[in-house]
Amino acid sequence: MKRTLFKTVFLAFLALSTVGFSISKVFAASNDIKVGVVFSMTGPVASFGQSSWQGLQVAKEIMPTALGKKIDLILVDDQGDKVQAANAVNKLVYDNKVDAIIGPLISGNVMSATPIVEKAKIPLITPTGTNPLLTQGKKYISRACFIDPFQGKVAAIYAIKNLHVKTAAIVIDSAQDYSVGLAKFFEENFKKLGGKIVAKTFIQTGESNFSAQIAAIKPANPQIIYMPCYYQEIALFARQAREFGLNQTILAGDGADEEALIKVGGKAVNGLTFTTGFAPEAIKTAIGKKFEAAYKAKYNKLPDNFAALAADSYFMLVNAIDRAKSDNPIKINTAIRETKNFQGVTGNITLVNGDAIKPAVIKKVENSKFVYATSINP
Amino acid sequence: MLTTILQQLINGISAGSLYALVAIGYTMVYGVLRMINFAHGDILMVGAYLAFFGISAFMLPWWASFITAIIITGLVGVLMERLAYKPIRNASRVSLLITAVGVSFFLENLFLVLFGGVPKAFPIAPIFHGVLNYNQIYLPVVSIYTPIIALALLYMLLYILHNTKYGIAMRSIALDIDTTSLMGINVDIVISLVFFIGSSLAAVGGILWSTQYPSINPLMGIMPGLKAFAAAVLGGIGDVAGAAIGGLVLGISEVLIVAFFPSLAGYKDAFAFLLLILVLLFKPTGIMGKELERKRF
Repeated sequence: MKRTLFKTVFLAFLALSTVGFSISKVFAASNDIKVGVVFSMTGPVASFGQSSWQGLQVAKEIMPTALGKKIDLILVDDQGDKVQAANAVNKLVYDNKVDAIIGPLISGNVMSATPIVEKAKIPLITPTGTNPLLTQGKKYISRACFIDPFQGKVAAIYAIKNLHVKTAAIVIDSAQDYSVGLAKFFEENFKKLGGKIVAKTFIQTGESNFSAQIAAIKPANPQIIYMPCYYQEIALFARQAREFGLNQTILAGDGADEEALIKVGGKAVNGLTFTTGFAPEAIKTAIGKKFEAAYKAKYNKLPDNFAALAADSYFMLVNAIDRAKSDNPIKINTAIRETKNFQGVTGNITLVNGDAIKPAVIKKVENSKFVYATSINP
Repeated sequence: MLTTILQQLINGISAGSLYALVAIGYTMVYGVLRMINFAHGDILMVGAYLAFFGISAFMLPWWASFITAIIITGLVGVLMERLAYKPIRNASRVSLLITAVGVSFFLENLFLVLFGGVPKAFPIAPIFHGVLNYNQIYLPVVSIYTPIIALALLYMLLYILHNTKYGIAMRSIALDIDTTSLMGINVDIVISLVFFIGSSLAAVGGILWSTQYPSINPLMGIMPGLKAFAAAVLGGIGDVAGAAIGGLVLGISEVLIVAFFPSLAGYKDAFAFLLLILVLLFKPTGIMGKELERKRF
C-alpha cells in the first residue's frame, strides 16, 4: 500500500514536472553577456513567439558579439500567459542573472513582468508590446514598436478616409490589455472624425465559439468591424462571421500579422486589413536588407512584423551595450533609452521615454497573402 | 429582433450539443470508476490531431481518417488506463485525481514537443461544408449534424449499458467492483472497454469541435474538457442522459448571456464555472439529481 502511494506521488510529480517545459541554455560562460528572452513559444499566441525567436536568431548571427564578448540568449517560454510571464522573468533575473531581457511580446504579459525588472533594475525591451501604459512612469521598460494611441488613430483615419465608412462595430478581447487599450483609442479617434460606433461586443482569448457575438452585432449593420485582437481569435471570428452572413470588412491591429491568421482563416480573411509595424516591401535600411536576405536564406520565407521587431530589439540592445561600453544593466538601460536615429530593420528608430516613434504600415490580405498597402507617418 | 433570438437559440443548441457529446464520455468513466478523468479534454485533442494527420499527412479520405482517429483514440484511452490508472485503482480518490491531472499535462506537453504550439488549420470534411440560410437565420451544416450525432451516440450508449452483457457488467462494476470480480467477470477488460468507449466519444467530440472551430493546437482540449466537466456536474455526474441535458443547458445559457448582456460577453466562460459552483452549492446531485451514492446510470 505504502509502495503504491509512493509510486503515485512519484508519477504525479514526474508528470507535473513536464509542465515547466522551457528551452533554456544555462551553460553560459561567466564572461558572456547574458540576455534573457521571454517569448510565447506555446499557447494562444505561439505564432508570435515562433516568428520572433526566428528573427532574433538571425539577428544574433548577423551581430553575435558586443564589446567583443559573446552574447548568450536564454529563452524561456511564457505560454502566452501573464502568470507564466512573471515566473519566466523572475527565473531569468534571479536564477540566470541576466544583464538584459528581450520580451515578453504581448502587452498584458509585459505588464506582469514590469514590477520584477523595475525592482531588480534590469533593462527590458519588448519588441511588440504596444499598450501605452507599459512604459508610463517606468525606468527600465523600452520598446521597439509604436504605441497604441498612434495605431488606433491610424486605423480610424484609414477607415474614414480610405475605406469611406461612417459606422463601425468593435470586438474587444477583454482578457488582453492590448485589445482593450487599442479599441479605446480607435473609438476616440473614430468618433472625433465623425464616425459612429453602432455595436460593441466582447470575447476572450482562447474562446472559439463567437456565434453569439456575431448574432449580436449583425442587427446593428455596421459598415466595418474593428477587431483589435490576436490572430487566432480573428481567424475563427472571421470564418464564423462569413458563415453567418456578416460580410463586412474586418479591420485589425498588429495582432493579426501572422501567417497562422491566413492558415486558419482561409478564404474568410481575404479583404481583412490591419495596421502593423513592418512590411518587407517597406524595408529601406542597409541592415534591413541584410536581415531580410539572411532570414530568407535560413527559413525560406520573408520576415514578418514579429521577426523584424525582435531583431530590432536585439540590434538596439547590442548598440546600447556598445555605447555604454559596459555590461552593467543600469548603464545599458541608460544607453537604450538614449537611442537616437538608430538604423534598424523597421527603419529609423528614436526612443522617447522608452517608446519608439515610427511609421505604421497598412497591410491587407488578398488571395490568402499579406499585401502591403501603404505606410503612414506619425 | 425575433430573428436574432432564434439565431441565438440555434447557436446555443449547436454549442450545447458539442458540450453534451464530450460530457457523455466524461460522465461514463465517472459512473463506472467514481473517478474524474481530467485527461478527457486532452483525449479530445488527441482525436482531433489524429484526424488532422489522417487527412493531411496520410491523405486518407475524410471518413476513413475519422474512423481510424476514433479507433486509435479509443486505444490511447485504454493504454492510458492500463499504464496510469490501473496500478492505483485501489488507492484513494485523490491519488486517482492527481494522476488524471498528470496524464492531462503529459498529453498536452507531449503534443507540444512533437508538433509545436502553432495552431494548425483543421480540414473540413465535404459533408460538413456549407451553411443553410432561411429568412436571415443561418445554420452551418455541421451544427445540424452535431445534435444528431450526439443523440445517436447517447442512444447507442444507453443501449449498450442496458441491453448487452458488457453493459450489465459495467453497471455491476459501478455498484461493487470486488463482488463483480468474484462473480467471474473479467473486470480489467470491462474497464478497458469503458475507457475505449469514453475516449472514442471524446474523439468524435474533438473532430466535430475542430470542424466547427477549425484551428487545432495541443492546448485546445482544456476548455472543452472543463466545460464538459461543468456540463456533467450540472446534469448530475455519473448520469449519461443528465450529461447530455447539462451540456445543452450550459450551451444555451452561455449564448443567452451574450445575447441579453452584451457587455458581459467577455465573461461567457466564467459564467459556465459560476453555474458549476452554484450547482455544487445548492444542488450537488445535478439536474437528474438522484442520491449521489445510489446513482448508477
